[in-house]
Amino acid sequence: MEKMPKWADVVLIPLISLILAAILSALVILAIGENPVEAVNLMVTGALGSTYGWGYTLYYATNFMFTGLAVAVAFHARLFNIGGEGQAMLGGLGVAMVCLYVPWPHWSIALLGACAASMLFGAAWAAIPAYLQAKRGSHIVITTIMFNFIAAAFLNYMLVNVMRPQGSQDPATARFPEAVHLPTFQSMFSTAENVVFRGAPANISFFVALLACVVVWALIWRTRLGYEIRAYGHSETGAVYAGISPVRITIIAMLISGALAGLMAINNVMGEAERLVLNSTEGAGFIGIAVALMGRSHPFGVFLAAILFGFLYQGGAELALWTSIPRELIVVIQALVILFTGALDNMVRMPLEKLFLGLRKGAE
Amino acid sequence: MEFFVTLIQVLDSTIRLATPLLLACLAGLYSERAGIFDIGLEGKMLMAAFFSAAVAAVTGSVWLGLLAGIASSLILSGLHGLASITFRGNQLISGVAINFLAAGMTVLIAQSWFKQGGRTPSLFGGGRFESAEFPYAIGPDDAELTGRSVSDLMSDANALHLIYSELLSGHSILVYIAFLMVPATWWVLFRTRFGLRLRAVGENPAAVDTAGVSVVGLRYAAVAICGVLCGIAGAYLATALQAGFVKDMTAGRGFIALAALIFAKWRPWHAMWACLLFGLLQAIALRFQNIDLGGVVIPVQVMDALPYILTVVILAGFVGKAIPPRAGGEPYVKER
Repeated sequence: MEKMPKWADVVLIPLISLILAAILSALVILAIGENPVEAVNLMVTGALGSTYGWGYTLYYATNFMFTGLAVAVAFHARLFNIGGEGQAMLGGLGVAMVCLYVPWPHWSIALLGACAASMLFGAAWAAIPAYLQAKRGSHIVITTIMFNFIAAAFLNYMLVNVMRPQGSQDPATARFPEAVHLPTFQSMFSTAENVVFRGAPANISFFVALLACVVVWALIWRTRLGYEIRAYGHSETGAVYAGISPVRITIIAMLISGALAGLMAINNVMGEAERLVLNSTEGAGFIGIAVALMGRSHPFGVFLAAILFGFLYQGGAELALWTSIPRELIVVIQALVILFTGALDNMVRMPLEKLFLGLRKGAE
Repeated sequence: MEFFVTLIQVLDSTIRLATPLLLACLAGLYSERAGIFDIGLEGKMLMAAFFSAAVAAVTGSVWLGLLAGIASSLILSGLHGLASITFRGNQLISGVAINFLAAGMTVLIAQSWFKQGGRTPSLFGGGRFESAEFPYAIGPDDAELTGRSVSDLMSDANALHLIYSELLSGHSILVYIAFLMVPATWWVLFRTRFGLRLRAVGENPAAVDTAGVSVVGLRYAAVAICGVLCGIAGAYLATALQAGFVKDMTAGRGFIALAALIFAKWRPWHAMWACLLFGLLQAIALRFQNIDLGGVVIPVQVMDALPYILTVVILAGFVGKAIPPRAGGEPYVKER
């Protein structure tokens, strides 16, 4: 018998965790001498009050959807892929290579090429930790952390010593050619008399991210492979008994996870920066952990959590602009969300389970 | 001779750079030997670095700063213990949360207290750990007496005197504490009853429980020791190695320490050698940038990445397998 109704597990617990994180964040804002109500007002108007704000919110949300899905897929196989950051960096390298060195006739074909390249590079970066976990039993968390640092050093090398244009001081690649510039929301939704999303970086990759959510949902809940991944995540011994190979599932789940993290690069590298710069990922790989935890590893949950974090990011930037609250407030909120929805999950769950058991006994 | 002076100087900076790694590595050793994975070493160091520098800047006393650093690190340790011991949460996720909490809170508080863009004022005088000069070592006093610079005197000294003056003498007291912690840790873990129980709780907590010893108590003790050592490591960074706190000043040292811990296969003496090796890599990268080895140039990024690459190789088990404590990462539930 379930201790709790399903809706409580899916909706109530994340909600309570979120409220706890919000209360603590408000206390932090109070403690540094600012007004939390005013701060929230500023964040809402800054992130959601205009199409410009929405353009940034959705741009960030696109990044977080990709990295959130990446962490979520690995979670289903009970693997903790902390290396989304490095995989997204490598995805960026893949995007930069195909955009710079292949003469694309049109952005639409280039987007397909860039998707393939970013997924390939991201998956390749996840492949080694996956192999080591599956075959040698090296802990995936440690190896993926190490691979984040190796990726950062590798990218630094590529940008400074290899891909930097002649005569440039900046550790970045040349700008991508005009033909591979992706359509932004401004060019897609503006009419002659009404310009919307002016100057905002949201672009067509947002719809790729939505598609990725649907595809991941179908993969996890509607295919044999998805069933095997979930079965393995649920119980390794059970899965082995059912003839599911742990090595195969570990490697496949990590490859999918790495590919999704790498895919983020079509948004931040191809869509926004239109060249590869150092630290292009800006920690989005780590935010994916918070997004996946809050979204309960379900693509729809990931979608909602990504929008929430997009809002926090854009709102936080506005706060830093208009008040003396630095952007790092968002990092604190992110930490609190990870803490309450991830590590302290039982703190919320245990009393709730008792409550529901009590209610049920009362009803009988 | 010039080569020898350079070598000694590089080794000297190796010791300075290895110290925070060693303290954090031993911190992780206690925690992980007791079965609590800790990827939050970085965050605890960062928090301690900030509070030690902040309190030292406000009070002018580096010792109060050290205490504040240890206290702040202990609070984060308590949080980690609460999440992973009391509420049996995921230790890795808790560590990730602690790293972010420290990264955000330090800048937030620094901005609110000092309004200098997320840093503390520079420390001077009593706000910093002074270097301890050994007797007969060449130091600033000799330089004043003879009217020549210290480096001048050093290059004229004989080899033994040079090693004594440059390499052994002239470090902050925290450096000597860090290296004394290595035999101390070995003794505690392998020669005391507490150490035996601590190791047992990381391998087979049920057996410890059956013997009537509190698993929860032991694990909290280990996590607390970890907090104290991380606190000293952070204080060393901000008040001895550098003069003040700047945003993200740990710069991945917590993770290098974690790498060293695995490299050392969770053993104290090996941890010291691993930290010295990784410290040497940092010192070489700092001094030489790109290294030219007979036509083949090793880029500085290789030096940056080498600790991580070596750790992956060790983890992969191609050069002697690294096997973590058996109950590591698993919350202990009485009566399953």
